[in-house]
Amino acid sequence: MIRAPAVRTSLGFVAVALFFLPFADLEISAVEPWTELGRLLLGLLTPDPTVLDSVAMALVRTVAFAFVGVALGAAGGFVLALGFRHWPVRTGCAFVRAIHELFWALIFLQCFGLHPLTGVLAIAIPYAGVFAKVYSEILDEADPQPERTLPAGTGVLARFLFARVPDAWPHIASYTAYRLECGLRSSAVLGFVGMPTLGFHLESAFSQGLYSEVGMLLLTFYVLVATLRLWARPRLLPFYLLAAPFLLGSGLPIVWGNVSRFFTQDIVPAPLQDGEGWAAFAMWLGDILASEALPGVIATVILTQIALVVTGALALAAFPLVSRHFTGRISRTVGHGILVVARTTPEYLLAYILLQLWGPSMLPAVIALAIHNAGIIGHLIGRRSNEIQLRSDAPAGVERYGYEILPRVYGPFLALLFYRWEIIMRETAILGILGITTLGFYVDSAMEAIRFDVAFILILVTAVLNIGVDALARWLRRRLQLRTTPGAQS
Amino acid sequence: MNLRREIIDGPGLMVAVLAAALLAVFASPVAAQETLVFTAIPDQDETKLRERFDRVAEYLEAELDRDVRYVPVKSYSAAVSAFRNNQVQLAWFGGLSGVRAREAVPGSRALAQGEEDARFRTYFIAHHSTGLEPADELPAGIEGLTFTFGSKGSTSGRLMPEFHIRQRFDAPPNEVFRRVGFSGNHTRTIALVESGTYQVGALNYKVWEAQKEAGKIDTDAVKVIYRTPPYADYQWTVRGDVDERFGDGFTERVQQALLDMDDPELLASFPRKGFIPADNDDYETIRETARQLDLIGR
Repeated sequence: MIRAPAVRTSLGFVAVALFFLPFADLEISAVEPWTELGRLLLGLLTPDPTVLDSVAMALVRTVAFAFVGVALGAAGGFVLALGFRHWPVRTGCAFVRAIHELFWALIFLQCFGLHPLTGVLAIAIPYAGVFAKVYSEILDEADPQPERTLPAGTGVLARFLFARVPDAWPHIASYTAYRLECGLRSSAVLGFVGMPTLGFHLESAFSQGLYSEVGMLLLTFYVLVATLRLWARPRLLPFYLLAAPFLLGSGLPIVWGNVSRFFTQDIVPAPLQDGEGWAAFAMWLGDILASEALPGVIATVILTQIALVVTGALALAAFPLVSRHFTGRISRTVGHGILVVARTTPEYLLAYILLQLWGPSMLPAVIALAIHNAGIIGHLIGRRSNEIQLRSDAPAGVERYGYEILPRVYGPFLALLFYRWEIIMRETAILGILGITTLGFYVDSAMEAIRFDVAFILILVTAVLNIGVDALARWLRRRLQLRTTPGAQS
Repeated sequence: MNLRREIIDGPGLMVAVLAAALLAVFASPVAAQETLVFTAIPDQDETKLRERFDRVAEYLEAELDRDVRYVPVKSYSAAVSAFRNNQVQLAWFGGLSGVRAREAVPGSRALAQGEEDARFRTYFIAHHSTGLEPADELPAGIEGLTFTFGSKGSTSGRLMPEFHIRQRFDAPPNEVFRRVGFSGNHTRTIALVESGTYQVGALNYKVWEAQKEAGKIDTDAVKVIYRTPPYADYQWTVRGDVDERFGDGFTERVQQALLDMDDPELLASFPRKGFIPADNDDYETIRETARQLDLIGR
């Protein structure tokens, strides 16, 4: 078994993570967390229903931004998927999805300010990059047979629409539906930078220590996500989609001069703008690369690799919670609840809670990232395991897990984990509270200091790193002959 | 899987949504050009900011005889960006964010500061387990401990503490301390040091005083160990082009309206006793400090 490529690859990842461990500061410092954590727990357990009045609109906006952003992303991704064979399209898509939604939002805040367009594009653009990739993979995997039966001379478009799309459509729809849930999360999180969604109020309440309000907001969000399938009925979707754009709010009017200024001044490196020439630019660039990009890359990679392995372990432990092979109806509902909480609670909050417990180090970051991502992978693997039919004399318990289920889901599990790899890397950006200087930390600092030229260089470095990881993941998936698309396996 | 199979009808729907979205986004009501929009950095009791500042907007509307609108933002940098982008014309900034805003918008002016802002301070606080005692200078004992700033863009929670740390130890914070975090805001700095998560922290003295008065701080667990010398902090800043847009003398009228604000309920939004005149030169020291620490300028 140890020779099986999938197992060898997994052990390779574990080895890399172990190698990084000594460089990752995982110290636990002695603290007295219980006063603050007690307050937090009490607040979460006594949600304050009065906030609901003021937050109802934010709830509507959260859904509206998710629908519009995901719909535009899906439309854009569909078009791009058609040209995915061409490397410029492929690279472009890899580039746009390598940048975290929050950074897209920060960029668009400079151009469009607090206008709904900022939030919509911050979701739509990276999602289009993801959709393009996944759709093209789904289309590639579609049965080629119908196409062969078409008479010679059939037009390209007709060939595509009538022979390719019908077979792939269920997978496309299924994957798009899955992304809608991700869209809700992204939409809520965009509130952290000023969009009028749930995150806006969540961050406010949280930063003031109003934990009963935090509790109510989180509860609202959990319910919204957990009941997605109940209210997002297929027949209602056209209605939602058509109404959503009108429910985004008006924000502040766009000042178009800012858009051109952003591209012609803000992101142009300072030495070039001041006409100091290329030598000065090289110095400037070298300085950024050496003092920010390099340490940022090191911290980001260490954190990502350790978090990735912990995520994998946690996901393998968690998926039985929602698998019918291990749980009854009631305990499965509880399991679903646990996983919804795990994947819907913003990592930032998790990190804060764990920071209180263990003190500042990389440890809270690793565990926060792992809980969040294991919640997602566990959910998808659990769903996948439910499609497995076992013989009636199959063993139960640990043996069923080890001999029957795990071998059957391990391939899809690895595929999903590789897929989340670049996502985990992107998410390391938002853990500045822990004093971990990931690339995202430096990007955020540059934005804060209105040095968009510096931020731009660092975002480019982030994107290159992500593209590299993505390429590595794709190579591994191909080598291990894993089906690639997470939503399309079923 | 049937449900999800049908979840989207077909590409036709996507096109319809695309069209609707474009329509909604670009046809969204454009606020009348004459509305004065202002914002405030989110450093106080943020959840109440909205109602409180809406009342400030009403006050200004009456005084200036213009439509006035308050827009909440999430961060210091968002406030500066909105000001720079001319989406807001007036803002209640901190010392550092004000300097950044005025650098970014030539011609903009500091108009008024709170009575307390001429002599603002940063408090360094420490967890009881450190055994640190109040002193007239930063105690040498903080070296090697863990330390948290507030927000990256804060004057009292970042700029001034960093300045004093460098002055005292002749080294950047990440060399003085074992670990340096950014709690995000003053309230959270208190919570994190109170629990010993970070051993030392630095924050806005007014937030400390207010929280202490409200009985929200366990003073057995955390105490002030050093008070910085005074410096100029918060101020109202207005864009230089408002006279052009709202009529001659508008800047002066805004300034007068701010100075005349004497309703304690309105002043509690800031919270300040009252406003006194200020100008850009009052913040020259802040500007130089920020430049020295490489926190402004390109």
